[in-house]
Amino acid sequence: MSSSLISPQFEVLRDENKCIQCKVCVKQCANEVHSYDEEDNVVRANDAKCVNCHRCVVLCPTKALKIRKNSLEFRENANWSGQAIDEIYRQAETGGMLLSSMGNPKNFPIYWDKMLLNASQVTNPSIDPLREPMETKVMIGRKPEKLEYDKDGKLVTEMPPQIELNMPIMFSAMSYGSISKNAHESLARAAENLGILYNTGEGGLHKDFYKYGKNTIVQVASGRFGVHVGYLNAGVAVEIKIGQGAKPGIGGHLPGIKVGEDVSATRMIPVGSDAISPAPHHDIYSIEDLRQLIFSLKEATNYQKPVFVKIAAVHNVSAIASGIARAGADAIVIDGFRGGTGAAPTRVRDNVGIPIELALASVDQRLRDEGIRNSISIICAGSIRNSADIVKAIALGADAVYIASAALIAIGCHMCHSCSTGKCNWGIATQDPDLVKRLNPDIAYQRLVNLLNAWDHEIKEMLGGMGINAIDSLRGNRLMLRGVGLNKKELEILGIKHAGE
Amino acid sequence: MLKKEGEIKIPAGCAISGIIDKKGNRFNGEDIVKSIALMHERSNGLGGGFAGYGIYPQYKDFFALHIFYENNTVKAKTEEFLNEHFEIESAGNIPTRKVASIKDKPLIWRYFVQPRIYKVRDLNMDEEEFTARCVIRVNKEFDGAYVFSSGKNMGAFKGVGYPEDIGEFFMLENYEGYIWTAHGRFPTNTPGWWGGAHPFTMLDWSIVHNGEISSYDANRRFVEMYGYNCSLQTDTEVITYLLDLLVRKHKLPIEKAIQVLVAPFWKDIERENPKKAAELKALRTVYSSALINGPFSILIGYEDGLIALNDRIKLRSMVTAEKGSKVYFASEESAIRVICKDPENIRHPKGGEPVIVKLEVKK
Repeated sequence: MSSSLISPQFEVLRDENKCIQCKVCVKQCANEVHSYDEEDNVVRANDAKCVNCHRCVVLCPTKALKIRKNSLEFRENANWSGQAIDEIYRQAETGGMLLSSMGNPKNFPIYWDKMLLNASQVTNPSIDPLREPMETKVMIGRKPEKLEYDKDGKLVTEMPPQIELNMPIMFSAMSYGSISKNAHESLARAAENLGILYNTGEGGLHKDFYKYGKNTIVQVASGRFGVHVGYLNAGVAVEIKIGQGAKPGIGGHLPGIKVGEDVSATRMIPVGSDAISPAPHHDIYSIEDLRQLIFSLKEATNYQKPVFVKIAAVHNVSAIASGIARAGADAIVIDGFRGGTGAAPTRVRDNVGIPIELALASVDQRLRDEGIRNSISIICAGSIRNSADIVKAIALGADAVYIASAALIAIGCHMCHSCSTGKCNWGIATQDPDLVKRLNPDIAYQRLVNLLNAWDHEIKEMLGGMGINAIDSLRGNRLMLRGVGLNKKELEILGIKHAGE
Repeated sequence: MLKKEGEIKIPAGCAISGIIDKKGNRFNGEDIVKSIALMHERSNGLGGGFAGYGIYPQYKDFFALHIFYENNTVKAKTEEFLNEHFEIESAGNIPTRKVASIKDKPLIWRYFVQPRIYKVRDLNMDEEEFTARCVIRVNKEFDGAYVFSSGKNMGAFKGVGYPEDIGEFFMLENYEGYIWTAHGRFPTNTPGWWGGAHPFTMLDWSIVHNGEISSYDANRRFVEMYGYNCSLQTDTEVITYLLDLLVRKHKLPIEKAIQVLVAPFWKDIERENPKKAAELKALRTVYSSALINGPFSILIGYEDGLIALNDRIKLRSMVTAEKGSKVYFASEESAIRVICKDPENIRHPKGGEPVIVKLEVKK
């Protein structure tokens, strides 16, 4: 076969004056970029294998390494970018679909960054969260239309199950298989410490993690991997995954190479077999089918657990959301097109779905127009990057948010977009035991706790600035937002005014 | 060009005052005018108003509609609408006297009406709901007409000016009621529209309010799901609708409705015994969007009594006192002392602690 036409994406720069030939980089790189040449006593690099994960850069004791974008340029062409050309070479060589990991990196608008928050001045005092109570607790679940009391003032309405979150943040679904056991343990322990929830994803629940049940959402997706009645009752909520923001309309595929003994037992599939989740649930071809599954799961869990339904943000998202609310779900999860993934076809990831901000605003408004917004919780997912994104999401109408990419970054992910290779040098998106043990759950869970506590402080600070002391009063409070550089239509969909208005 | 109230949200500071006689004894409007007048410095002449309960005993079974008209054309159109929907028992000008500082007064009319029964039956609703919807419709669809009072045996009197001048203008000394509330307004920006003055009323609810609620849009978008239209964009309007929704439509006991508006903190709920905690938790969970946030002190008048309420961390002043069968409320203690010699039980209710005074006799 002829040699590849693809040029390396990155260049590994080694400062020979600093390098002490300790070979840490050689040992650390699962992609086998670095090699030691004994004869010349130098460490060399094969640029073509580098994914720019920074593992060697961070661990190099003398800081001798740098990675940079390959300076090799194609002839300038506004239409044919270097990436476009390389992708054609790649497909011409393999005949396959292009695969990518993590969220859509393309230059689409990020509406979070085009919205600004309000603060109190004079007519309304801001509130200092260090001196006054400041509440960020939220309750997720279906709400009855109203409460009824008997003539003695005793509550007679029976409350549907609610989940109490200490802050409006949860860890989004990532399956055991797509991420490592140590990564799962870190998420579970952090959720327990913080009083929030993590989500098993479609990979079943490892037997060691049943003890974190009070902080667990178990997911039921189209492959039904690892689903049994014990699993359904192991957590405090059940999530039906219809779609994922990174790959709306597409199923999932965990290659057999990642299905070792443990993953096999957890997913209830043979060792080494591919785990393929179909694109649709084959028992859900319509909204009434979804209703049946929602109630089957409620039956299986004795009506004790809220059932979430997760969909990707697509064009018709608000009508679908309304159907989901009417089908009896307790919460609806909307996953935007920036949401991450272990692996997705590149063309789907980069071209299917819509921005979460617009989807969220339109779902919230639609449910209000129909008078049913208060009956269901809305969870916003798909690239929440910081606490300000969360505050804006809640002001647009979310009850809480899911984070996943941010959580992985907190425990070491460097966004190299190479999860699908299974060679994650940070021990996160891999099942290789040598790599997995690089991720120490004792440290990683503490980093997650730190991150979310920091965000919670920041949310409280921003709430106080707005003169609000409970997050309840921020939900759907769109007057707290102003747009910058948005056109009339965008402002109309977001339901906000322009700055200066 | 300056926008009218309703086209823009205008923050405002204020003074409020209220008096109730628990035994239902009626007294004229002089005291309430005197009390609010003392707090002159807390208003800026751009809005003042009063509400009185028990003032129309001869028409107590009729809805008393107080309406501002900008001109006779819209008056004629509105009256046609009223005639179609209501039996009008009596109609006429609300009597006023000339006051130098009160200018640009609209046409101010009053109608005692009863809904046409066949219309109410047709729509399968009760008289209150029917009247409320008609009021909302007039205010929304009849440009230049504004119903500013619509309860039974009660009425609001308000306008652009200092409250004491408004009181004199409406000759409140000629009315006798068992509850009076008053409001002096300090809007930060308003072209001065009579309809925008307080109290805000709906059916028997009347609210005077000092503060600026930061939860406004969360509250507005919640209440608008249930058929209300917050056309004025004022805090008072949205608070009134919340109460109307909770008490009249959802039939919550008034005490529970108040616990929704100023929900106890979660940490305080957790301290309660498990049964009570579960009830409070349910209330807060279901009605979290009706929590009012930001600085406020409000007086809520309704057919059964008067309620004083502060925000949860007491960011606005509010004093209460008692003497005999009367209970007094005001933004400042001096506004009570000026009309009540040696008041008793003077206190500053805590943040979030409602003071509910109910009539001891059924009216």
